[in-house]
Amino acid sequence: MSPMKMTASTLALIAASAVTASARDQVQVTGSSTVLPYATIVAEAFGENFEFPTPVVEGGGSGAGRKKMCEGVGENTVDIANSSSKISKSDVELCATNGVGEIMEVRFGYDGIVFASDVNGAEFPLTPADVYNAVAAQVLKDGAIVDNAAAQWSEVNAALPAQDILMFVPGTKHGTREVFDDKVIVKGCEDSGAFEAFAAANGGDEDKAEELCMKLRTDGRSVDIDGDYTETLARLDADKNAIGVFGLSFYQNNTDKLRVSTMNGVIPTVESIAAGDYPVSRPLYFYVKKAHIGVIPGLKEYVTFFVSDEMAGPDGPLAEYGLVSDPELAATQAAVEAETPMAPLE
Amino acid sequence: MTDATANQMPASGPAARSKHGSILVQAPSMRARNRAEARFKAYGLAAIVLALTMLAIMLTTILSDGLSAFRQASLTFPVTLDAATLDKSGNRDVAEMSKATTVTYGKVMAQSFVAHLVAQGISTEGVSEKELAAMLSKDAPAALRNDVLANPDLLGQTIEVTVLANGRIDGYLKGRVTMESAQKDSNISPEQLVLSDALRKAGILTSGFNWGFLKNPDASDQRPEAAGLGVAMIGSAYMMVLVLIITLPIGVAASVYLEEFAPKNKWTDLIEVNISNLAAVPSIVFGILGLAVFINFAGFPQSSSLVGAFVLSLMTLPTIIIATRASLKAVPPSIRDAALGVGASKMQTVAHHVLPLAAPGILTGTILGLARALGETAPLLLIGMVAFVDNYPSAPAEGVLDPATALPVQIYTWVQRSDPAFVERSNGAIIVLLLFLMVMNVTAILLRRRFERRW
Repeated sequence: MSPMKMTASTLALIAASAVTASARDQVQVTGSSTVLPYATIVAEAFGENFEFPTPVVEGGGSGAGRKKMCEGVGENTVDIANSSSKISKSDVELCATNGVGEIMEVRFGYDGIVFASDVNGAEFPLTPADVYNAVAAQVLKDGAIVDNAAAQWSEVNAALPAQDILMFVPGTKHGTREVFDDKVIVKGCEDSGAFEAFAAANGGDEDKAEELCMKLRTDGRSVDIDGDYTETLARLDADKNAIGVFGLSFYQNNTDKLRVSTMNGVIPTVESIAAGDYPVSRPLYFYVKKAHIGVIPGLKEYVTFFVSDEMAGPDGPLAEYGLVSDPELAATQAAVEAETPMAPLE
Repeated sequence: MTDATANQMPASGPAARSKHGSILVQAPSMRARNRAEARFKAYGLAAIVLALTMLAIMLTTILSDGLSAFRQASLTFPVTLDAATLDKSGNRDVAEMSKATTVTYGKVMAQSFVAHLVAQGISTEGVSEKELAAMLSKDAPAALRNDVLANPDLLGQTIEVTVLANGRIDGYLKGRVTMESAQKDSNISPEQLVLSDALRKAGILTSGFNWGFLKNPDASDQRPEAAGLGVAMIGSAYMMVLVLIITLPIGVAASVYLEEFAPKNKWTDLIEVNISNLAAVPSIVFGILGLAVFINFAGFPQSSSLVGAFVLSLMTLPTIIIATRASLKAVPPSIRDAALGVGASKMQTVAHHVLPLAAPGILTGTILGLARALGETAPLLLIGMVAFVDNYPSAPAEGVLDPATALPVQIYTWVQRSDPAFVERSNGAIIVLLLFLMVMNVTAILLRRRFERRW
């Protein structure tokens, strides 16, 4: 056969097989890079123990994943979007316009966010107010709002070591940043009294005050990291004075390199987060396109397997990896079993 | 006449020498020129030295971090397959037996491991049963389960198995994990390391070439020791073959038309400018295009190597067209004139004379284009190929529609994983990718050397 004929016939063969392509037989998952390791662990175990092929799991970010899920219904669209934050109203509306009607919301556990420094460095018993006073653009000093000039942690709180302030915080595109802003910065802003001062200065406008709270200093003491936790770890390695923000599971896999800071005196562990003692945590979700259940083989089974005690329970492999098991897992399991769609967001 | 000449010629007196100099002694301006030339050469040499140093630094880091990925620790011990646990119904029905999950098999395996240590008289002091079980890879039970399900007669027997050791134990043998780091590490204790020394002495823990790294599919964050490049290499191979099939005919046809048949006017100029522009477009743009056209509009399956190949083809085509046109241009017009002169048609001239003479150049350009496509991640990001894919794609031709990843994608995903063992894996994958690129580039050079003709 001449090369020309060979090429033509191969192309024809591919085209033919594409047209007659049988239905997609594996589940496709996309979304949050925080949920990604958990989803791969479940997908791998699912592939080992079930007759279905292993689901394909993609990362890329919570927001991007939800948008991808909301593109429409059909084999060329994904089945599940992992998300480290709750779906927004605009996403639900986007879904509705594209014909993705019912969505199941599955909350399968919690993720802790920890502050950690180099393993050989000093101890940092932090509070939200300390962090706020160290990295915020404007702070309250002697009753007046001033630009943040603190150079060392000891200036922020005399109990902290005299070490230069340098903090690596997740970039704004990360879901982690939302929690950091919400549970640490705004909380610290309120605790230190700056929130009230901001509100008073703006005629009682609390939204404006919150916005001012979340402004971080731009003089190089607070550095946004747009990459992954591995990048933060590499930057910490280069600058031993810095403090980085990590997910609990990442820290647990690198305890030989990182020293974790306490928050309000509580050491972050799976237990302290489950008990609600450690303040900086967030729920993890995935969203299932209901129209695909029964169409894509193994979808229901995968979801059921994900939230089973065997996987997401307190003794399961996910907890071992750093997931804080959801105390209300039984309710989630029941909802998955009944295929209860998400209630409309108010 | 002679007098006049003598008068015009400069006298060879001392005064004249000081004015014009001797050819044996350098004038100051000449010395300055020579110095400038020496400096010019030195700049070039310095640039080369700098580039080579950078290359050497890069290769040393990659090799020192990555070579260890090609060795892997494993444990060998007998496992007693307890029929009562693994087949509760007792009728050897595979459907019933598959209810025993890998968790159950893991427990059976761990029990046999502990029993074997006791039988061998190896002290497990300070290591709990759970920690003992954790020394085995979490990947191990799956293979055992598959074996048993494929051959239910194994139940009740005691078989010798070789399983991967946990990533931390593997790291200890490679020097990545030390007693000091283990003290702070929540995933391994120094006692476990002491035990692994004893296991090594007893010949239970061995280290060998890591075939699994080249064969296995990807593995989750909890099993770095089981992660391999199998799916990525198949995906890359599928895509390279498809890219070749798609780009070569289109690229050659386009170039031949533009070079040999097309009239030279502003339209062909416009096309030419656009092709050059396309060659410089950032590759992620082709990914966006691929998502819109091939997946959302044409409906090809996501994450498949076929869509990946389409996107990479779009990216490679301009490169191939430019290279092909250059080699067509290099064929002297005399060849065409001679062919036309003896009565060949335009098509015969091109097919019988110009193309064969341009073939080495075309091939070289194609291979270099493919090598560039082999190393691309960005366009694959948007079409769902940067993913966790655990199943091998099936054989061609349907296999090109199955989800797959590619070598550079695997490097990218491993770099992001939290377990430190993936650092070694990603560097190992870089070595494999570099080897592939080297083979392709060397082939390109050899082809050019062997077949190129100069006029």
